[in-house]
Amino acid sequence: MSEATVVSLPDQSTARIPKMNFITKENGLLSWLLTGDHKRIATLYLVSITFFFFIGASLAALIRLELLTPQTSLMAADTYNKVFTMHGVIMVFLFLVPSVPATIGNFVIPMMVGAKDLALPKINLLSWYLYVIAGIMVIYTMAAGGVDTGWTFTTPLSTHYLNTHVITTGLAIFVAGFSSIFTGLNFIVTIHKMRCPGMTWFRLPLFVWSTYAASLLMVLGTPVLAITLVLVVLERLFHIGVFDPAFGGDPLLFQHLFWFYSHPAVYIMILPGMAVISEVVSTFSRKRVFGYTAVAFSSVAIAIFAFFVWAHHMFIMGISNYASLVFSLLTMLVAVPSAIKIFNWTFTMYKGSITFETPMLYAIGFMGLFTIGGLTGVFLGSTGTDIHLTETYFIVAHFHFVMVGGMLMAFLSGIHFWWPKWTGRMYPEKISQFAAVTTFIGFNFTFFPQFILGMLGMPRRYAAYPPEFQALNVFSTAGATILGVGYMLPLLYLTWSLKFGKIAGNNPWQATGLEWQTQSPPLTENFVETPIMDHEAYDYEWLEQQQQKEVASV
Amino acid sequence: MSDHTATGNGAVAEAQHEHPSYQRHHFETVDQQFDATNFAMWLFLLTEIMFFGGLFVSYLIMRNWYYPAFVEGSHQLSILWGTSNTAVLICSSFTMAMGVWAAEMHRKKSLLLFIGLTFVLGVAFLGIKYIEWHEKWEKHHVPGIHYSDASFLNPASDPEVYKEYHDKPLAPDMAAKTEEYFFLYFAMTGMHALHMVIGVGLLVYIFFRARTGAYTNGHFTFVENFGLYWHFVDIIWIFLYPLLYLISRY
Repeated sequence: MSEATVVSLPDQSTARIPKMNFITKENGLLSWLLTGDHKRIATLYLVSITFFFFIGASLAALIRLELLTPQTSLMAADTYNKVFTMHGVIMVFLFLVPSVPATIGNFVIPMMVGAKDLALPKINLLSWYLYVIAGIMVIYTMAAGGVDTGWTFTTPLSTHYLNTHVITTGLAIFVAGFSSIFTGLNFIVTIHKMRCPGMTWFRLPLFVWSTYAASLLMVLGTPVLAITLVLVVLERLFHIGVFDPAFGGDPLLFQHLFWFYSHPAVYIMILPGMAVISEVVSTFSRKRVFGYTAVAFSSVAIAIFAFFVWAHHMFIMGISNYASLVFSLLTMLVAVPSAIKIFNWTFTMYKGSITFETPMLYAIGFMGLFTIGGLTGVFLGSTGTDIHLTETYFIVAHFHFVMVGGMLMAFLSGIHFWWPKWTGRMYPEKISQFAAVTTFIGFNFTFFPQFILGMLGMPRRYAAYPPEFQALNVFSTAGATILGVGYMLPLLYLTWSLKFGKIAGNNPWQATGLEWQTQSPPLTENFVETPIMDHEAYDYEWLEQQQQKEVASV
Repeated sequence: MSDHTATGNGAVAEAQHEHPSYQRHHFETVDQQFDATNFAMWLFLLTEIMFFGGLFVSYLIMRNWYYPAFVEGSHQLSILWGTSNTAVLICSSFTMAMGVWAAEMHRKKSLLLFIGLTFVLGVAFLGIKYIEWHEKWEKHHVPGIHYSDASFLNPASDPEVYKEYHDKPLAPDMAAKTEEYFFLYFAMTGMHALHMVIGVGLLVYIFFRARTGAYTNGHFTFVENFGLYWHFVDIIWIFLYPLLYLISRY
């Protein structure tokens, strides 16, 4: 690891955390539970999604343990079905969808646009309460015996054949959906109406552009999932409906409606991750993001394309060949804006002064893993190879490369990046670099073998498998153990740093965003006076001049 | 705010007393506050369109699949009640628009009158809807609960509808699909009625707040945004009415 660093901390012997900040402003549980402050709500979200992440991760651990042996040795096949279903439901709806937007986005977007708060603080708080209600419903479902439909609720399996807690889980996701709608709606309104003087659209940090695109998807896609789940619930309650062929319904209609949301949902999950990467790559390369406008519009392009590719989840489900052809072509198109982003980040690093602090390590991990995840998506988007690969471990590996290798890496990158701003203290650098590398290694050990397993034809969603697949499965489980260590470490040292971390000062990374030009942790109002944006985004020369002025005035 | 040195939050809060009391602290101006909440309401209505969109798509697909069943199912609906309800809702949209105008013009008495009228019309709509649903209940046309397709296997057994349309008997498998029609009928009108119930509840809230002088002091954002919601629910009905009642007349 190179010793070069961009970190500049205040003199530790004299530095103090500012006495007045958003954490110390008010005390007591109620001041948190009834808060309108976006930073406090972000903190509430961070605690709750971390909780659900570790529940989801424990379920993943159970899955990997079961798959250690070819027989169903640890749990019955039925239990296994419930475990992977709950893993999917929790990770998708209670972790990935709200992960970056509701925590980091909530925390930084008002500051990035130079506002005191999100436009609708009460709606923001409501969104957290809806999230908590959904979470409690999911926990209740698990305690009451779980659900075993898979997170996709495929009909008529979910409406006709299974007798598990489909209704409560469906309603939980319905509620979680509205939580996500309100978050997205709040972001869109804030970005349109709350920008400070001088903050034009093309001076916004790319984080804001990307989250804006994800918010569009939340607002337009999630209601369709909501009504679909309502119909599934009605169908179960009254045994009449539009999805079950036994009642004259159309199971493909369910697939269309479900994936109309759930494919855009993939971009709801990954776009905020890309948002983080733009900020981190620029800061640790000391360069403006290469092709700012192209990156900004590629986010919007992803959001638009997202709504026209859903049927690639249905190639083997009996849609017409012509539909497959068109959706396959449209799917290839999504690769273009994604590639624009990857190339532009790479060019940002080219001839930049790169340093390897933890957020940057995670970001580089993201770029590698997301690229593999994205390219394997092209295999799956081609109708020919899809027939061989779909419903195998190849697809499991593909979306885990995007969601875990991509999004989770980006989330951890963002958490480390804004941790000093959030808490006023630095995380310990060496051990966190170690955790980042451990995560990367563990991740590849876990999921790369699954590509090979899928190519060889091991189907997903089974508790048992032919013995010849065991070696690669053992490999995968061993990797998951390393990955587990990689995730436990940040939980431990970030908690440790709350009390013992070094004082970070306003701008430890020498970053240019408006959020770094205020104290850490920020005031409840974010800024002492409304900032005026008089320079482009990622303008490191402006930052240098500011600092020289400060030195001169002292 | 320039004459203050912001030593803490107290100073910042003090400095804002020059603004109207209803301006929330995080907005720079009242206009910004109005713009932002109004825009948020439009976005919310956009999500509502997507929400109802799922139902409309399901309805249109099922209608294409089971055309005869949907035609005869539709004949069971009363044009008279449907049209009256459409008229009631359009009138209520008018009184609501007048209510927003009254709030803008600071006219408390007119505001109370128009909100009251909108409330009455909203309740009238739900009352008529109840009469229609109750009729379905009596004729065993509520899907999932003791459903009977006798009216479609043997249309003559249902003289009131028969004398008007002279429907032909449906084959048993097609007659069974009328349950699909009524499922979607109840899902769509039910979802719409749920929005009406929420709207009527909010009207009561607005009425009592308006009596204490709220909304006529220049801060009418809530009434304005509620008006948008009310018109939106109205427009949903404007689509439901032809799709469910009129489309299968001839």
